[in-house]
Amino acid sequence: MREVAILGVAMTKFGNSERTNMEMFAEAGLEAINNSNIEAKELEALFFGNCLGTFEEGQMHMAAFAHSALGMRMSAPSTRFEGACATATVAVRHAALLVGAGVYDMVIAGGAERTTAMGTPLATRTFAMGCQAQYETPLGITFPGVFGMAAHMYSKKYGIPIKELKRNMAEVSVKNHFHGAKNPKAHFKKEISVEKVLSGAFIADPLQLLDCCPFSDGAAAVVVASADKAKQLVDKPIYIAGTGQAAAGPLYHQQDLTRVIAREVSMKGAYKQAGIGPQDIDVCELHDCFTIAEIMAIESMGFYEFGKGYDAAAKGETRLGGKIVVNPSGGLKSKGHPIGATGAAQVTEIVEQLRGESGSRQVEGAKIGLVDTLGGDFGTVCNIILRS
Amino acid sequence: MNAECTFEEYQKGLAEDKLLGVLCADCNAVTVPPQAVCCKCGSQKLSAKELGKTATLKSYTVIRIAPDGMNPPYIVALAETDDGPWVMGNLVGLDPEKADIELIGKKISISSQEVKGDIYAIGDIRALTFNLQ
Repeated sequence: MREVAILGVAMTKFGNSERTNMEMFAEAGLEAINNSNIEAKELEALFFGNCLGTFEEGQMHMAAFAHSALGMRMSAPSTRFEGACATATVAVRHAALLVGAGVYDMVIAGGAERTTAMGTPLATRTFAMGCQAQYETPLGITFPGVFGMAAHMYSKKYGIPIKELKRNMAEVSVKNHFHGAKNPKAHFKKEISVEKVLSGAFIADPLQLLDCCPFSDGAAAVVVASADKAKQLVDKPIYIAGTGQAAAGPLYHQQDLTRVIAREVSMKGAYKQAGIGPQDIDVCELHDCFTIAEIMAIESMGFYEFGKGYDAAAKGETRLGGKIVVNPSGGLKSKGHPIGATGAAQVTEIVEQLRGESGSRQVEGAKIGLVDTLGGDFGTVCNIILRS
Repeated sequence: MNAECTFEEYQKGLAEDKLLGVLCADCNAVTVPPQAVCCKCGSQKLSAKELGKTATLKSYTVIRIAPDGMNPPYIVALAETDDGPWVMGNLVGLDPEKADIELIGKKISISSQEVKGDIYAIGDIRALTFNLQ
C-alpha cells in the first residue's frame, strides 16, 4: 500500500437546516475541493455516506446525485456507503484503501444527513432500524436504550453506584459542551452544568436528555489522494497512518455491553498499521453518542484501563489542556450528529487540529490524532489514525 | 440452509411456549434465535434444540422516548439463559417505575407475546418476554 494523505476538508454548520441533503453536501464538498486547490473534474470517485435519505426526502440512490451536485466527471463512479452512525468514516476509510492500492490517485469522501426533516417519532423509529429487525427492534429498543443497558451493566460490573456513575457521565456532557461552545459549526454552541444534565427528562434509564446527542442536519467532505499528489497541491497534507474496521452481530451475541469488542479489534488493527499505541495519540474525536459511550470508548482505545475511565472528564484529563483531549469539536453531543456525515466531520476536526487551525479549541502541538465512529448497536466500528 | 430450525419454526415454537435454538456438534454452544451457523465457532453442523426457559437478568433499561407506534414506558432487558446464550426481551409484570439496578442478577422465566408490525416490519411477530421468578 502506498502512502495516502488528506488535502482539503470541510463541514457545514451542524444543526437544524432547511436545506436539502444535496445543498448541504455541495457546500461541504465544494469547500473541500477549493481547499485542495483542485477542480471537481480531477476527482476520480466519490465515496458518499447517507443513511436515511429514503425517509428524510424520499431519496434513494443519493450518491449519483451528490456526484452531479459537485460537478464531477461522468466517468467518476459514485457509491453510497451505509454503516449506521459510522457511515462516513467507513466511506473515508474505503477511499483511503483504494487510493492506497493505486486504483485511484485522488477522490472525495464524505456524507450528508437531514435527520430533523423526519421529526422525532419517525427519526427514533428509523434509527431503531439499525438494530436487529426480527429480534431486537420489536422489543421497542432504541439506541439510548442500548447505551442505557450498557450503563447499568457498567455500574454493576465495576461496583460503581449508579448515582456516582451518572454524575461522572454528566461531566462528559459538560466537557463536550465546553469544547463545542468554542466551535462555530456546533449544533449546540453553549456550556451546560452537571446539575442541568441531572435535571433533564429521562430518555432511556439511566440516560437523561443531556446524556444524549441530538438529531442533526449537516454534511462534511474530505479530499483523499496519494501522498505524492497531496504534497504537490497543499502546504500541509495530513497523512493516514492507519485504519481499522470491525463488525459484530446482535447485542445478545456480544453479551458484555461494557466492552465494544468491534472497537477493540478495529483499534488493534489501526494501531498496528500506524506502528503506534494509545500513549502516542495527542487528540481524539470519538463516538460520544451518549455520555456512557465516551467512557466505554476511552477504555477500549487503551487510554484507560477497563472500569477506570469513568471519571476522566471529571478530573479534567480529557478536556482541553488535559493529558488526552477527547472531542475538542464538542463531539456528537455538542457539535451534533447528522449520522451519514459524522465520520467525515470527525476527520475534518482532526485534520484541522493537526494543521493548527482550530483557534480557541486548538490542542497545542498535536501531531497524531484518532477518529473513532461506532455504528448501530455496536455492529460497526471504524477508526482512522492521522498524522501531520 | 438453516434447515434445522427456520425463523418460521422459531416463531411457531414461541406460540407453543417453546424456545427453540440450534446446538453445535463441534463446540456444543447453543445459538438462539436459530441461524445457519454456530454463533461461537461458525460451524454449520447444527441440530435443533429446545432450550429451558429460565435465565438470569444481566441488564435493563426503561424506554421513555419510544419509536413511532410503541407505548412507553416499558422495560427492555438482556438475560443469560441457563443453557448459555443470551437473549433480549421485554421485562413484563413489573411497574417500570419500580425498576432499579437490583434487577441485575435476578432469575427470570422466558415467554413471548405478539407485537404488531408497523408498515416497515415483516408483519406481526412474537417477541420474548421476561417475568421475574
